[in-house]
Amino acid sequence: MNIPIKTWRFHGGVHPADGKALSNTVPAQRAPLLERYTVAIQQNIGAPPKPVVAKGDTVKKGQLIAEPGGFVSAPVHAPTSGTVGDIVEVPGANGGAIPAIEIISDGKDEWGSGLDPIPNWKNTDREILKKRIADAGIVGMGGAAFPTHVKLSPPPEKVIDTLILNGAECEPYLTADHRLMLERTEAVLEGAAIAAKILRVDRVFLGIEENKPDAIAALNEKAGQYGVTVVPLHVRYPQGGEKQLIYALTGRSVATGGLPMDVGCVVQNVGSCAAICDAVVEGHPLIERYTTVTGTPVANPGTWILRLGTTVEQALTFAGGVKARAAKVIMGGPMMGFAQTSLGVTVTKNSSGILLLQWQETAEYTSNPCIRCGRCVRACPMKLLPGPVSVMVESENYDEAEKNYVMDCMECGVCTYVCPAKRPLVQHFRRAKAEINAKRRAAKAKQA
Amino acid sequence: MLVTILVSAGVVAAVGLALGALIGFTAKKFEVQTDPKIEEVQELLPNANCGGCGYAGCADFAGAIVTKGADPSGCAACSEANLAKIAEITGKAAGKKEKMTAVVFCSGSFSRSTRAADYNGILDCRSASIVAGGGGKACRFGCLGYGSCARACPFGAIEIRDGLAVVHPELCRACGKCVNVCPRKLIRLVPASAPVHVYCNSLEKPAKRRKFCKNPCLACKKCIRTDENHMQMQGGLVRVNYSNPPEASFVEQVKCPTGALQVEEIHRRIAALKPAEPAPKAAPAPKKEESK
Repeated sequence: MNIPIKTWRFHGGVHPADGKALSNTVPAQRAPLLERYTVAIQQNIGAPPKPVVAKGDTVKKGQLIAEPGGFVSAPVHAPTSGTVGDIVEVPGANGGAIPAIEIISDGKDEWGSGLDPIPNWKNTDREILKKRIADAGIVGMGGAAFPTHVKLSPPPEKVIDTLILNGAECEPYLTADHRLMLERTEAVLEGAAIAAKILRVDRVFLGIEENKPDAIAALNEKAGQYGVTVVPLHVRYPQGGEKQLIYALTGRSVATGGLPMDVGCVVQNVGSCAAICDAVVEGHPLIERYTTVTGTPVANPGTWILRLGTTVEQALTFAGGVKARAAKVIMGGPMMGFAQTSLGVTVTKNSSGILLLQWQETAEYTSNPCIRCGRCVRACPMKLLPGPVSVMVESENYDEAEKNYVMDCMECGVCTYVCPAKRPLVQHFRRAKAEINAKRRAAKAKQA
Repeated sequence: MLVTILVSAGVVAAVGLALGALIGFTAKKFEVQTDPKIEEVQELLPNANCGGCGYAGCADFAGAIVTKGADPSGCAACSEANLAKIAEITGKAAGKKEKMTAVVFCSGSFSRSTRAADYNGILDCRSASIVAGGGGKACRFGCLGYGSCARACPFGAIEIRDGLAVVHPELCRACGKCVNVCPRKLIRLVPASAPVHVYCNSLEKPAKRRKFCKNPCLACKKCIRTDENHMQMQGGLVRVNYSNPPEASFVEQVKCPTGALQVEEIHRRIAALKPAEPAPKAAPAPKKEESK
């Protein structure tokens, strides 16, 4: 059974202090029911969903409250039973204010999703399963929030031969996927088997970093029955990047501007797999997720099962509040997460963690000129030239930056982490990507 | 020996003569007639190449004025005297133009606005506006204060005072470059004759605006009630009616409760009254505290 699988080493990467010891031994706890949830309407990449409830409506837990606004869109469901309040504005994790539906709990927490369980999914039509996943509002729960049913519907000309489960969780501090794989092992594997059936693939890999031996052992025990191969991978950030993981497991490189399906792979986060299992076997839509609430200032760091629409403030209250002064609140991990200016930010389908840092752990730097040391080039997992490209962006030469593949940057933060000149490289690239995307949209609008 | 020298000198001279004749011939044959007026007009234009006229630069615009009969008043930056001279050269009277000036519709300097966070990123408004929280100030609509507009201005007419962009109308030539770079769309070109403006652009709920800034427009409409010919509502905000702008004394008359309605000159002076520290230094003190 223990035949080692050949793995590949992706280019670059770093080893940041992982901080996972704060929370990786704490069993996940279910958050108590709140009186009020503010559920963001758009929790997916793509078209914004449209609300289908009005103020004063009574809803059951799991009832549809916003329907998808297109194919690349995902519905939103009520996190508990109760009445619908106003459509309010809540601060978004990426900045700005986003509309959210207020659900006032009636305390009964009664299910009423209207989705029937399909325990016999092995003999069910693939299209029915796919529709169920779309109806349950499942999106990529690793961070990108790309609707899962779209990933599971590759165009017929693309041959998919490998399903990859992403359990690497390379981001420091986060342990949500770790606890999920340990505690809901069968749900993850069953969800993977359902996805494999939909995609008609036999080869299912679960990539997991070696720093989670207990989860690897638990998965290995059951993986055989579900046809999943668990592949322990070296601990190196960003091992869980989609393209890095594909390369590590199959040796295939996704070309610039390409998608995993171009090399015959579909990558799913383990959280999404568990959600697929819940949606199909139990008939439960995606209304809660594993989220790590951690950081040295948090009184009881750990992983929580939070309903969507819980605010950061409430999540911190569950974790016992803070015991030290926090200087920074981050949605996500320290490498790719977004620093927040408000505690009113809500948990969405892609909130893998809430991280607090003390001021000693944060730092303020002044950006200095690039000294051409090339550390960023050696570290960049996408094999880009972060230093030179940042200089192009500084001089607002976006065309040149585009020619140097700035659009392939996945904002993993490795270059900024290693830069001795303390250049805010990722922010430069985000600016360039925003400007180039705006230019492309303008060109498209002109054509139409 | 001497023969070699003479022959080579002769060959070089002959080649030079032949090529010179060829160049002379082609210069006459393919001569491009340029109007000397174009150069004269170009010298009278500001030569800042701001592109505000819609042409590729001052030389291109000068050509368009002379050959295509473009209206010289399309150059926002050109002075009245130079326009008159251009009219003399081209023999056509320039169209009348109203002198415009850029106004930054915000009064939220660092000392007069609430800060939500410490921002320690790239000191450029457009880079700051793409991170969550957008640069530190709590107001989502106000001036970020990192000077993208000041750097874009070819005439040096914008100054950042205490985290607030302030336009100097005597330097502003209304080319519109700043209007396009501001990520918050705070800057607009208005007639320079209007002395009074409402320095707020917040579309937050009026009750919330006061939390973020000391001088927000609360849309209380006091100024509209004072004289509705001069002021008007524009999507949740009160704006000066620039087709009929009020006099400077109007501010005294209205007594705007928040001070968002201001005389341009006084606004600039208040912005200048800044504390010694421009940006509140990042103290280790947190913005959040929540001990149970």
